[in-house]
Amino acid sequence: MLILNIKLFCSYMPQFNIWILFSFHLADIISTVEFNYSGDLLATGDKGGRVVIFQREQEGNNRSHSRGEYNVYSTFQSHEPEFDYLKSLEIEEKINKIRWLPQQNAAHFLLSTNDKTIKLWKISERDKRAEGYNLKDENGRLRDPFRITSLRVPVLKPMDLMVEASPRRIFANAHTYHINSISVNSDHETYLSADDLRINLWHLEITDRSFNIVDIKPANMEELTEVITAAECHPNQCNVFVYSSSKGTIRLCDMRASALCDRHSKFFEEPEDPSSRSFFSEIISSISDVKFSHSGRYMMTRDYLSVKVWDLNMESRPVETYQVHEYLRSKLCSLYENDCIFDKFECCWNGSDNAIMTGSYNNFFRMFDRNTRRDITLEASRESSKPRAILKPRKVCTGGKRKKDEISVDSLDFNKKILHTAWHPKENIIAVAATNNLYIFQDKIN
Amino acid sequence: MSKMAGADGDDSLYPIAVLIDELRNEDVQLRLNSIKKLSTIALALGVERTRTELLPFLTDTIYDEDEVLLALAEQLGSFTVLVGGPEYVHCLLPPLESLATVEETVVRDKAVESLRKISHEHSPEDLEAHFEPLVKRLASGDWFTSRTSACGLFSVCYPRVSKSTKSEIRQHFRTLCSDDTPMVRRAAASKLGEFAKVLELEYVKSDLIPLFAALASDEQDSVRLLAVEACVSIAQLLPQEDLEKLVMPTLRQATEDKSWRVRYMVADKFSELQKAVGPEITENDLVPSFQNLLKDCEAEVRAAAANKVKEFCENLPADSRETIIMNSILPCVKELVSDTNQHVKSALASVIMGLSTILGKDNTIEHLLPLFLAQLKDECPEVRLNIISNLDCVNEVIGIRQLSQSLLPAIVELAEDAKWRVRLAIIEYMPLLAGQLGMEFFDEKLNSLCMAWLVDHVYAIREAATCNLMKLVERFGASWAQSTIVPKVLGMASDPNYLHRMTTLFCISALSEACGQEITTKQMLPIVLKMSEDQVANVRFNVAKSLQKIGPVLENSALQAEVRPVLEKLATDQDMDVKYFAQEAMTVLSLA
Repeated sequence: MLILNIKLFCSYMPQFNIWILFSFHLADIISTVEFNYSGDLLATGDKGGRVVIFQREQEGNNRSHSRGEYNVYSTFQSHEPEFDYLKSLEIEEKINKIRWLPQQNAAHFLLSTNDKTIKLWKISERDKRAEGYNLKDENGRLRDPFRITSLRVPVLKPMDLMVEASPRRIFANAHTYHINSISVNSDHETYLSADDLRINLWHLEITDRSFNIVDIKPANMEELTEVITAAECHPNQCNVFVYSSSKGTIRLCDMRASALCDRHSKFFEEPEDPSSRSFFSEIISSISDVKFSHSGRYMMTRDYLSVKVWDLNMESRPVETYQVHEYLRSKLCSLYENDCIFDKFECCWNGSDNAIMTGSYNNFFRMFDRNTRRDITLEASRESSKPRAILKPRKVCTGGKRKKDEISVDSLDFNKKILHTAWHPKENIIAVAATNNLYIFQDKIN
Repeated sequence: MSKMAGADGDDSLYPIAVLIDELRNEDVQLRLNSIKKLSTIALALGVERTRTELLPFLTDTIYDEDEVLLALAEQLGSFTVLVGGPEYVHCLLPPLESLATVEETVVRDKAVESLRKISHEHSPEDLEAHFEPLVKRLASGDWFTSRTSACGLFSVCYPRVSKSTKSEIRQHFRTLCSDDTPMVRRAAASKLGEFAKVLELEYVKSDLIPLFAALASDEQDSVRLLAVEACVSIAQLLPQEDLEKLVMPTLRQATEDKSWRVRYMVADKFSELQKAVGPEITENDLVPSFQNLLKDCEAEVRAAAANKVKEFCENLPADSRETIIMNSILPCVKELVSDTNQHVKSALASVIMGLSTILGKDNTIEHLLPLFLAQLKDECPEVRLNIISNLDCVNEVIGIRQLSQSLLPAIVELAEDAKWRVRLAIIEYMPLLAGQLGMEFFDEKLNSLCMAWLVDHVYAIREAATCNLMKLVERFGASWAQSTIVPKVLGMASDPNYLHRMTTLFCISALSEACGQEITTKQMLPIVLKMSEDQVANVRFNVAKSLQKIGPVLENSALQAEVRPVLEKLATDQDMDVKYFAQEAMTVLSLA
């Protein structure tokens, strides 16, 4: 793996000085990015089934310039390509989602999933090694078994730190369709997994059974009108979870009410504006991601053109709507033809819930400040990140005359998309995945 | 003669040396074997080296696989003698302490179990000097794994420590009951009952009751539901007059909890609760609660409550039992018979027959019989099966004949169910039914079913049918077998389908013992011998297997004169398997 060490100062919002911490070039296309609860570890999953974990350098490191940097901590192959012989289907190894478990001892645990199988991994450190055998001498030569005059008990000696990733549990055979989400419950003992039509609830220690809590599969598949696109557990109410659908709606369910949550307790939907109705309306209203705020009061949904923030207490419309790339509305036809209209962009909150981030095309990503309603477009690309250069906000020309530094809509590269981003839970550090490259930016400490 | 240890080395050390080296073999199985023989290693090392070398090494092996750690945690629980007796038992605390913090619940639980075990081997001084500080360390550990383990240790050291330490332990328990992580609160809630048992009654009232109330209204339902169990233990400890004030508000709240999982827990623990609170509260409070649970909007809760119907009714006070059942419980039960959920109906079907012994003959005929009959006609096979499997209760009270009119169609339908698992289940009840219905009724109505299963297209059914015949013969005797079963079984020996021919052999193997020497030698043996010339090799090697099975039942003369030549011939068969099984049979029957 090539690790580039680009460090630049740039400013994007007046109140922020952002510097690029690192960019990493990975072997394959990154398919998910996730910080752990403390933010000290960052996990990425890729199309090749690998998980790469980055660890933040501890403060007090004598190389002062490396403070706060993230370095590769552990790399392991989480999933392998498989073949379902009964259905004659290939099962890709691509990691769809990674979710960290709250830390329970010195080791770290995460769940990773491909389309069908969820795995629980333990990442632990080892710094001691046992030495001394009875039947072998120091050089590994065998001793004469008949000349053993005393017994030796092995002694533990310090050794170089070794990080091990071991699979602890495999949760398989519960999903007929492709898994799109996993989410750990705040009770710390269960998690849910969602596919296109069903949501299952698992106990983290039990792999041979799960409970089906949502099933929207119609008796006749020809009557199928919507699919589940994402699901998440509430951050502190262990009985509440939400799931979003391809029709742009979100259902909130209460597991206290009944064992099978087919009946939602809240239904969030924004009435459609009849004037903007078009052939693409339904496709672009499909929700690609849903995330609760850390406080648990709000949730955010991403559809093709916008990000919406909903107050859990108001089902009729979102409290805030942010346009991500409204200029694409006139391009929907060609985006439909090249399948880009089906891209699933994710979104994330910052640690204090007052800013949100989501991706776009041309390696652009967008940030919105909820208090000032200011927004910014930034670009994650190595070409524009020349050392000591200022990373300027980018602007897309939306008609009329193109100003200097503006980019015309027609010259956007739709193959360079930023689907996955993550925000450190406590600090202004963000991780942005642009195809094979992972960028980590940090608010500069003066 | 044992060899002297000396410069030549001691070969008795060799096996121990291997065991020690294999403690860190790359193969988990070898490591596991070594850990399981840890006592052998310790014995060879002697108490001092065990304490100073082996235990420090084991303390740091917590990197290993769960199964190795589990075995280690278990071994250490009975290691006291090997470290030098109770005087040195505290040496075992460090390795168990590190095992009590691993993430795997089974390992942690085993470490806690061993810690509890060795706590009794500590002198009061050592308990205070070594064990109690360990409990405190765990209770204030950084990770919740250690704090959850601490919850299980309070109750073993509390009774044996000084007054001031006791108050510290109570304080620790209080802290853990309001821990930030739900895991720890759950551990505390689940140990609340056992801690209450060792606490002085005044502290139960002043300390534990408020904690219990707090846990029972925790924001997480996974915590609240554990408080229901604590309810039982606390209610057992408190004098009757305190129950109303200290326990009942919490129990009432749990019965009406917003979360079905909590209500489910109440339903699941209902019998225990009923015993713990006594007859008076049962009559005033629990009966209406039970009615509500039987009518709950969540099917899981109704099913759990339905499961408890019989036990609840049995444990009602004798003087008011019948009135309560007839007026309060039976109306709810009647509704459950036509519940929309099949799990509820089948839970009810598994206990409803038990009510007949409680209510007696007249009530059973008037009120329960219609319900039994309705359930026997239920669309769900599991419901019907559950009724049939419990027929014996009714038989004692009103006799099975009352039911036979409806029973028969139900059995026939299950016997022909499209799902083979349902057919399998009904076959298993056949011997029971045969006993209840009697030989005559059985021959007339059910015998043909039993024979039909022998030619079922699913092997598992044919196998079960064979086993069923054996049990029937055991019940009805050899002469019944000779007249009704044997001719039909033997008739299948010339069936064109080789699978059916094999069934004959399986039946013969199964029945020979129950039928006795005469029938086996005179009627069965000739057929088996004749089948040794079958075209299909599978039949031929099953002949060899059958001969091996029925050999011990045969007369010795028949064995020598008839079986031996056939087996000898089969032993030269061109088919490998036939040869193998023929030779095996000859060895077993000592004919080789």
